[in-house]
Amino acid sequence: MSVLNHNHVTPLSSSSSAIFAKNTFTSVRTQIVSVSSKKAGVCKCVATSPAEQTAYKTKVSRNGNIAKLQAGYLFPEIGRRKAAHMLKYPDAQVISLGIGDTTEPIPEVITSAMAKRALGLSTIEGYTGYGAEQGEKQLRAQLASTFYSNLGIEEDDIFVSDGAKSDISRLQVLFGSNVTMAVQDPSYPAYVDSSVIIGQTGEFQKDIEKFGNIEYMKCTPENDFFPDLSKVSRTDIIFFCSPNNPTGSAASREQLTKLVNFAKDNGSIIIYDSAYAMYVSGDTPKSIFEIPGAKEVAIETASFSKYAGFTGVRLGWTVVPKELKYSDGFPVAKDFNRIVCTGFNGASNIAQAGGLACLSPEGLQAMHEVVGFYKENTKIIVDTFTSLGFTVYGGIHAPYVWVHFPGRSSWDVFSEILEKTHVVTTPGSGFGPAGEGFVRVSAFGHRNNVLEACRRFKELYK
Amino acid sequence: MGVYVLDLAQAYMDTSVIIGQAGDFLDDTLKYKNIEYMTCGPQNNFFPDLSTTSRTDIIFFCSPNNPTGHAASREQLTQLVDFARKNGSIIVYDSAYSVYITDDSPRSIYEIPGSRECAIEISSFSKIAGFTGVRLGWTVVPDELYYANKVPVINDFDRIVCTCFNGASRIVQAGGLACLSPDGFKAVMAVVDYYMENAKILVDTFTSLGLVVYGGVNAPYVWVHFPGSRSWDMFSEILKKTHIITVPGSGFGPGGEGFIRVAAFGRREHILEASARLTSVHLL
Repeated sequence: MSVLNHNHVTPLSSSSSAIFAKNTFTSVRTQIVSVSSKKAGVCKCVATSPAEQTAYKTKVSRNGNIAKLQAGYLFPEIGRRKAAHMLKYPDAQVISLGIGDTTEPIPEVITSAMAKRALGLSTIEGYTGYGAEQGEKQLRAQLASTFYSNLGIEEDDIFVSDGAKSDISRLQVLFGSNVTMAVQDPSYPAYVDSSVIIGQTGEFQKDIEKFGNIEYMKCTPENDFFPDLSKVSRTDIIFFCSPNNPTGSAASREQLTKLVNFAKDNGSIIIYDSAYAMYVSGDTPKSIFEIPGAKEVAIETASFSKYAGFTGVRLGWTVVPKELKYSDGFPVAKDFNRIVCTGFNGASNIAQAGGLACLSPEGLQAMHEVVGFYKENTKIIVDTFTSLGFTVYGGIHAPYVWVHFPGRSSWDVFSEILEKTHVVTTPGSGFGPAGEGFVRVSAFGHRNNVLEACRRFKELYK
Repeated sequence: MGVYVLDLAQAYMDTSVIIGQAGDFLDDTLKYKNIEYMTCGPQNNFFPDLSTTSRTDIIFFCSPNNPTGHAASREQLTQLVDFARKNGSIIVYDSAYSVYITDDSPRSIYEIPGSRECAIEISSFSKIAGFTGVRLGWTVVPDELYYANKVPVINDFDRIVCTCFNGASRIVQAGGLACLSPDGFKAVMAVVDYYMENAKILVDTFTSLGLVVYGGVNAPYVWVHFPGSRSWDMFSEILKKTHIITVPGSGFGPGGEGFIRVAAFGRREHILEASARLTSVHLL
């Protein structure tokens, strides 16, 4: 992949949103541009061909909401940086602790189930066509009993999907452009970006690095990574991810109780991202529905990605309780069902077979083992940075280590680490302005790579 | 901003409504406000009269068509592309059934000159390879397609794909690749041919009953005309008398009234059984 420019100059800052010029797919291709990470640097531009200047264009207006986005989605941008770096240093052993992508093979009990289902599709008895858009009945039932038994969540509250990322956007389509939303700052970029795309936000304000009309709930060491709700304005929707990507912090029962009460008082809906729930240690809550009253104020989204290595297989689910109603009493689940049936055709039957195997006793045990492996990686990284004198957060209930580099630009630290150790991390400001001064190190990786990366960190920061 | 929809196209319409492009549903016309419905019927050879069609930004066009089974000709598609270019519109061309074409009708909108600058094409492995439950398709957004402000449409589509989606399942993509191998393609086309033989049986059956039948030649759908009857009544009649499930044409839009869609998917023995039942009852 290459970083491209389309005949305009973009002043750079060290903020995540403005740092990359827009990449384009015009006929001018494959030009690597070295990007300065200093403030007010300038991109070198590639001239457009004369043909492009006079090319036919339609009279269709570009969607102004997409135009509000400042740069590409964060992780493809990291990927582009990594690719550029690998071109620059073709012999370097680049280790990726950036994009939170799983690396360990999927346990065989799960892949064999997928293979069996796939091969079964070549038989008359085993062939299935369109499935229920909400997911296969057996999988829904098993999800309910595995994760939500005793929480009052039933099979038909569960919608199986091709992953939480898609579900987040489906939820945005569900709620539409006229709702307001709050996010943690820092947070997984898809919440903000999807909100912008669907038209809920104002323009990006470069001075504060925030989009207008989004309530950013600061989460920092000072407030134990839980927002001071007394300072948070009411919004219709509140995105809340716990255990948190990127900070690794997991909200306590008391904190989540405050959040549910806050939502109840304000008549808001929480979208609770529980993608890392299985990484929780001790009796820190795994599901928002452990909190009394949550069924009337919360939707929970979840994923097999980080439990079963399904990042490429694509399978997740969203829980929309029957008790969740709009202000006019209409059940939110009914409209979500309409979205799922109209804008989607269900998760792949093969992936769902894998999901069912994940929830068998053997599958669950296998997933716990893989999660345990990544948690051990996390501990190695935590210990490394701690031993180097850094203040480190997260790393207990999530496969992410949130390392503090006080006073430094996170993109600068990202670049420094990449340049000097050939390790890819993720700059904290990519997750929001309160991520500035932090770098996220993800703990997905083969054990030897994690150990090697840590060895290199020790070299760099000794 | 309005959207054209080939009168008879539920998903295009419903998603347009959901995203906020359409106005209210009008009970008298059975249409949504602010959507331009381009009626397609036998009277216009299932191709809209573009001279009476207002300009809209986006034009959804499905060919071969679900539910009518009509595949637009090269001349018709040239008219469509010219119309889009003249109006600065973008065609979203649904080619999900293109492998069912048996004559020399175009299989892709990009066979028409000038289309790369005004058309997006969507397609699917569903009806090619039986992937309805497996879930795999693709969309083509040409580099040459620009918004009015010169921003390439593909830039924004890529942003959507990267932000609202995380890619199709890689296992499924492996299946897609196998579909496109010489052996794989031959195998799936054999199934396509099988369905088209089903279609021929259905066409012959309904024709033998004295009914006027459309489609069934370039698509696995047979569009049967029951003039003077309401399609839901015919659906019920067929179901009651033969226990065959079809789809009432009005379910696809007001232009579908008076028609029944019969799908040619199914095991040969079921198709033959259905034909036998149909010829043994008095439907009209």
